Amino acid sequence: MTARPRWRDPLLWSSLALAATVLLMPLAKPLFARLFPALQRPLFALDSLPDLLLGHVVVVTASSAAAVLLGVGAGLFVTRPAGAEFRGMVATIVAIGQTFPPVAVLAVAVPLIGFGFEPAFFALLLYGLLPILESTVAGLASVPTEAREAARGMGMGEGALLRKVELPLAAPVILAGIRTSVIINVGTATIASTVGARTLGLPIIVGLNGANPAYILQGAIPAALLAVVLDLAFGRLLAASQRWRA
Amino acid sequence: MIELEHVTRRYGAAVAVADLSLAVGAGEFCVLIGGSGAGKSTTLKMINRLVDASEGAIRVGGRDIRELEPAALRRRMGYVIQSIGLFPHWTVARNVGTVPELLGWPAATIRDRTAALLARLGLAPGEFLAKYPHQLSIGQQQRVGIARALAADPDILLMDEPFGALDPITRMALQAEIAAIQQESGKTVVFVTHDIDEALRLASRIAVMERGRLVQIGTPMELLTAPASEFVRDLVGGDDLGIKLLGVATVASRLRAGETAPGVPIAAAASLRQALSRMAAEGRDRLAVVASDGRPAGTIHLADLLRR
Repeated sequence: MTARPRWRDPLLWSSLALAATVLLMPLAKPLFARLFPALQRPLFALDSLPDLLLGHVVVVTASSAAAVLLGVGAGLFVTRPAGAEFRGMVATIVAIGQTFPPVAVLAVAVPLIGFGFEPAFFALLLYGLLPILESTVAGLASVPTEAREAARGMGMGEGALLRKVELPLAAPVILAGIRTSVIINVGTATIASTVGARTLGLPIIVGLNGANPAYILQGAIPAALLAVVLDLAFGRLLAASQRWRA
Repeated sequence: MIELEHVTRRYGAAVAVADLSLAVGAGEFCVLIGGSGAGKSTTLKMINRLVDASEGAIRVGGRDIRELEPAALRRRMGYVIQSIGLFPHWTVARNVGTVPELLGWPAATIRDRTAALLARLGLAPGEFLAKYPHQLSIGQQQRVGIARALAADPDILLMDEPFGALDPITRMALQAEIAAIQQESGKTVVFVTHDIDEALRLASRIAVMERGRLVQIGTPMELLTAPASEFVRDLVGGDDLGIKLLGVATVASRLRAGETAPGVPIAAAASLRQALSRMAAEGRDRLAVVASDGRPAGTIHLADLLRR
């Protein structure tokens, strides 16, 4: 990567823009009043945006972390000799998970586990699993066979082989899958507000119900900025994971 | 050092190696040669248990390798493969230090050993230690591959067509390198190839394999002068038999000591084949010979080359 002055770092700027958006939104009240003169309440005031952003980050982080554990774990399992015969079955199950729209999962989850964080967590987890599993399998398949043979031939055990050779070489592909999964989850997490999870979807849902476009913007803009920040952060991580290629 | 006793390896109904017995003494350079599917790679891999024998026993240093833990066994043997298999995400330094690291050597010892080995293989440590494999030519990569195999100073070196992917010039250079390393270190080498010239150049003994069976084992000279079968005769010589015979004997063996001759001298360690080539190119029937210390040793005559 070419040297760039720190102050021109897009990750820094998009993070600052996100923080400013949620903290300074009340100051933008005259702007929304001007944009939407017909609205009586142009500023979303049911909940604080910083709190909603935090809730959003928490549900995305928790569900993505669980999806990474399960997805990478399942990917590792089905690529080991012991788990090879489960490969087709696991791929099918996870793909089915992906075909359920998250809204449907939320609707089914609520009667089972109630309102709030939990149904959102499970819906996002299910939805984020497929890209991670697939990228783990693809990443491990991309490890050169000669590197494996050399490692075994030099007396590396299976654990060391995985830790020192296979995972580092597969990391860029796996990270790309996690990146896709997380970015999708940031968007999908807005829907989770319908079941009572506190996310940036709340102003959007309330705005949709009350025909208030100002509310929709006040939820959608920080949600979009959060996706941009995370995408840039993953880009950074991805570059670090394959610095040796430079 | 390495003994194979009635070793067979089956893959389902197919037999890759059939009832093979072979003993490789300490310090020997043993080359396994044969066409593809002859079972030579399988034989090599059974020695470090990358493949387990279906029947028979293999002993290394007197111990049956089935009693040894495979990883521990492999760390005692250098392993070089045709596809090289350097770890692309590690620097040259870390690649070379792989086995010492697995053995838990102190970092400073690994660093010194790595630098010394690179220098021994003609790669300036200052320039190459921090490089990644993809920044090297194939020839340089295989030099690193050999350094990696030698890193923990194993007594045994297993080489599976190590120079098969190299261009002829690089291959010759690395053949000379490995021959010199083997001679100065006294390591036991088992080397798989399908290139008879490579085998004749390097081997102290050649084992010829055909469809999983050992068909002849002997010194290069024995193979050339007394091939056990039509197959071996075709493999080792064919029309070039005379030239190949000249290739395995040195000028020193036909030296006329005390005589002198004009022209650029030839080294006593050079092959008779090189001497013949020089004579043909220069239109001479004799050459001056110098010893390895550069002092005149005598002459070699064309007529002496034709003596059997």
